[in-house]
Amino acid sequence: MINIIKPNDQSHFDLILTSYFVSLMKNSKQTMKKILTILIAMTLFWSCAPDKPTNQEEFPDQPAAKSAVESQIMDPTKGIGAVKNVTLKTPLEQERVSRGIAIYEMKCSACHRLDEKRVVGPGWKDITKTRKPEWIMNMVTNVDVMLEQDAEAQKLLELCLTRMPNQNVSIGDARDVLEYMRQNDGEK
Amino acid sequence: MKTIINSIGALALVASAFLMNSCQPKGPQEAVVGNAAAKVYVAPGQYDEFYNFVSGGFSGQVSVYGLPSGRLFRVIPTFSADPQTGYGYSEETKDMLKTSHGYVPWDDFHHTALSTTNGEHDGRWLFGNANNTPRVARINLKSFRTEEILEIPNSGGNHSSPFITENTEYVVAGTRFSVPMGANKDVPISSYKENFKGSISFIKVDQTTGDMSIAFQLRTPGFNYDLSRTGKGPSHGWFFFSCYNTEQAHTLLEVNASQNDKDFIMAVNWKKAEEYIAKGEGEKVKARYAHNVYSEKTHMTTSTIKDEVLVLDIMKYPDIVYFIPCPKSPHGCDVDPSGEYIVGSGKLAAMMPVFSFTKIQTAIANKDYEGDFQGIPVIKYESALHGEVQKPGLGPLHTEFDGNGNAYTSMFVSSEIVKWNVKTLEVLDRVPTYYSIGHLCVPGGPTKKPHGKYVIAYNKITKDRYLPTGPELTQSAQLYDISGDKMQLLLDFPTIGEPHYAEAIPASMLTAGSTKIYKLEENEHPYAAKGEKFTKVERNGNQVHVYMTAIRSHLTPDNIEGVRVGDEVYFHVTNLEQDWDVPHGFAIRGALNAEILVMPGETQTLKWKPQEAGVVPFYCTDFCSALHQEMSGYIRISPAGSNTPLKFSTGDTED
Repeated sequence: MINIIKPNDQSHFDLILTSYFVSLMKNSKQTMKKILTILIAMTLFWSCAPDKPTNQEEFPDQPAAKSAVESQIMDPTKGIGAVKNVTLKTPLEQERVSRGIAIYEMKCSACHRLDEKRVVGPGWKDITKTRKPEWIMNMVTNVDVMLEQDAEAQKLLELCLTRMPNQNVSIGDARDVLEYMRQNDGEK
Repeated sequence: MKTIINSIGALALVASAFLMNSCQPKGPQEAVVGNAAAKVYVAPGQYDEFYNFVSGGFSGQVSVYGLPSGRLFRVIPTFSADPQTGYGYSEETKDMLKTSHGYVPWDDFHHTALSTTNGEHDGRWLFGNANNTPRVARINLKSFRTEEILEIPNSGGNHSSPFITENTEYVVAGTRFSVPMGANKDVPISSYKENFKGSISFIKVDQTTGDMSIAFQLRTPGFNYDLSRTGKGPSHGWFFFSCYNTEQAHTLLEVNASQNDKDFIMAVNWKKAEEYIAKGEGEKVKARYAHNVYSEKTHMTTSTIKDEVLVLDIMKYPDIVYFIPCPKSPHGCDVDPSGEYIVGSGKLAAMMPVFSFTKIQTAIANKDYEGDFQGIPVIKYESALHGEVQKPGLGPLHTEFDGNGNAYTSMFVSSEIVKWNVKTLEVLDRVPTYYSIGHLCVPGGPTKKPHGKYVIAYNKITKDRYLPTGPELTQSAQLYDISGDKMQLLLDFPTIGEPHYAEAIPASMLTAGSTKIYKLEENEHPYAAKGEKFTKVERNGNQVHVYMTAIRSHLTPDNIEGVRVGDEVYFHVTNLEQDWDVPHGFAIRGALNAEILVMPGETQTLKWKPQEAGVVPFYCTDFCSALHQEMSGYIRISPAGSNTPLKFSTGDTED
C-alpha cells in the first residue's frame, strides 16, 4: 500500500484509497457500499471544513508559520522534526536491533504487525524501502506535528482513522526501532 | 458665534454626562455589576491564575477549582471510594482505605494543608484530614493522586489537623473528642474528668519521599481540640491549638461546654518536646493503626499495621505546653504571616482577642501566670494579649491574611467577611456572604508570603442562590476581589460535598511538574503486560489472572475461554498508551465493585466473580478514539467443574 502513495500526489489519493480498500477487504458488495459511504463522508467533511485564515489583517498577531512547511518543501521525504540526517551502517548494528525489538514489543506491536497487513496502523513490511529513515524517526518521535503538517502522515491518518499515539519514544529509541525495521525488511 | 454656542453646548453635554456618571450611587452591588464579569472571565483555552484545593467535607474527597473562573477541574478521591475511577475498589487501591477497623470507605475531609518550605508554598504535597475515623492523607501535587494515608491512634476524631510546621517537618493531628486512653477503656461516660484524655500527634514527614510516620503524641487534658496553626518566623518551633469544652462536659455540650467565660488556646513548644525525646523521655505505648502507601512504580498499595506510638504526657513535662485564656469556645486559631500575632476566634464572643508571641514569651519567662490547669501553667490573659478587635461581627470562625498586614475573618452568625488591620485592630471593611460562611481562603493566606488578590468564602447554606434541586441544595463558594480597599464580590460557584477549609496556590507553581504519563519502562506492577506479546491468561486454582493490554482501540486478549463459575477472575489491565490524556477504562457486566480507569502506562486490576455460565462482554468505558465502540471483548463462562480448555486470543477469526 505505502509504496503506491507518492509524495505530494494529492490528485491520485482518492483513487489509491479506493484501490487500497478494494484490495484489502475483498470484493463483497456490502464492503464496497461501506467504502463508498466513507469516501463520500470524507469528501463532504473536507469540503465543509472551514478554510484556514489566510488574511493577515484579520489575525495580525498570528506568527507566520512557515518554517516547518518550508523545511518540508525542501526535503519532503524526511518529514518534520528533530531528525535531520541518519547514517545507516551495513552490516546492521545488532545491539540496536535487540533493543529495537524490546521497544517494538512494548510500544508498537499492539498496532503494527511485521508483515504488510494493516491492523490499527500499517504493517511494517518494506517500510524502510519506501520511507526515508528520517521520516520514520520523525513520525515516531514527533507524531503530533507530523499528523498536523506532514502530507504523508496525514494520508495515513485518513486511511487508518486512528491517530498514531505519541508513545514517548526518545530519538535514540526510535533509531533502535529503525534498525529493527531494517532487519525486518531483510537487511543483514 | 453659532459654532461657539454649539461648542459650548456640546461641552456642557459632555460635562453633564460625566457629572451624572460620577454622581451615580456607589453601592456595592452597582460596583460589582460593572466589571465583575471581566475579572472572572477566563477565555476558552486560557488558564486560571490559581489552583484552589477545596476540601469536600462529608464527600471525603478534595476538589480542584481554577481561580478566578471557579471552574471545577478535578475531584481527587481521598478518603472515600470512587467507583468512577476504581479508587478504593481496584485491587491496587482498595488497601488505601484500610484501617485498624478494617475497610472504611468514607470519611469527613475538613482541612487542607499545602506543603511549605521556610513558611512559603513549595508545591510538593497537599495534606488532608479525616475527621471521623482519624486519618491524615498526603496527595502528590504532580499526579494529583492520594499517595499515602496514615491512621491516627488514640484519637476520638481528627479535627485539628493536618496543619503543618514551617518546613513541613511535622503534620499535626489533634483529637476533637477526648476519649478514655490507656489499658482500660471500658469506663463510665460520667468519669470523663478522671479518665478522658486528649491527644496531639506530631507526624514526621520525610522531606524526599513525603512518607509520614508518627514521631510522638502529646497526652493532654480531656478537652475538645478544635483547630490549630503553626508558629512561623519568630514563633517557629511553636504550635497553637484552640480548645473548647474546658468544662469537660460529656453531655449536652451545646450548653454544658459553653459555661466558661474563657476556654484556652494551647501553645505547644514542639522543639522542647523534641529535646525530651532526644533524651530518651516518653513512653512507648501499644496502639494499632494502619499506614497505607501507594507506589507509582508498582502501581500498588502497601498497607501495614503499626503497633506502637511514643507518648509524652504533658503533665510530666509542664514546660512543653502553656494555656492562654481565650473567650469563648474558640474555633479558629490563626497565626499572621509575621508569626507574631495569634488570632483567637471565640464563636460566642463579642470581640476577638489577638495574642502576641513576644508577650507570651515574656509572660513565660516571668512566670506571669494566673494559675494552672492540672499543673499546666495558665498565662494571664492580659499579659499575652496584643489587643482585642471590638465588635467585629457575630460568630467569628476563621481568619486568613493578605500580604499587607490585613486580616479577613469569617463571621458565621452575621454571614459576612470582616477585614481588619492586624496591628491597629481597626475594622476596615465588611461584605455580606450568601449565606453563613464557614471557612475562608486567601491564596497563601496561612503562609509567610500570602499571594493575596482574592478571598473566597465557603458557605454552609445557599438557599435561594441557585436553581432549586429538591430538598438538598448545593453548597457554595464566593469569590471576592481584595486588591482594593473595599472587598468586591465577583462570583458564586457551587462546590462538591460541604466545603470546609481550602487553599489556593499560583498555577505556575504546579503546571510544569504535572505528571502526564506513567512510563511503561518504569512500570513494576507484577501483573503488568508491557506489550501485547506479554498478554496471557493463567489459572492458579480457582484464580484466573488475565494479563490484558489496552491501546486505541482494542483490548488484548479480547476472547477468553475456559473460565468457570466459581472462579475469581482478575483483569490486570495495562494501558500501553504513552500519550497525555489517553486513559482507557475497563468494565464487565455483573461486576459487584466498580469499573477501573487506567492511565497511560499504568496497570490496574478489577476482580470479577462470574455467577453463571454464558458469554459476558467487557469493554472500554472511556471514549478513546473513533473506534472506541469497537474496543470490547468476550469472556466465556462454563459451568463449575467443566473442562473447557483455557484459551485466549485477539484477532483470531478461526477456531
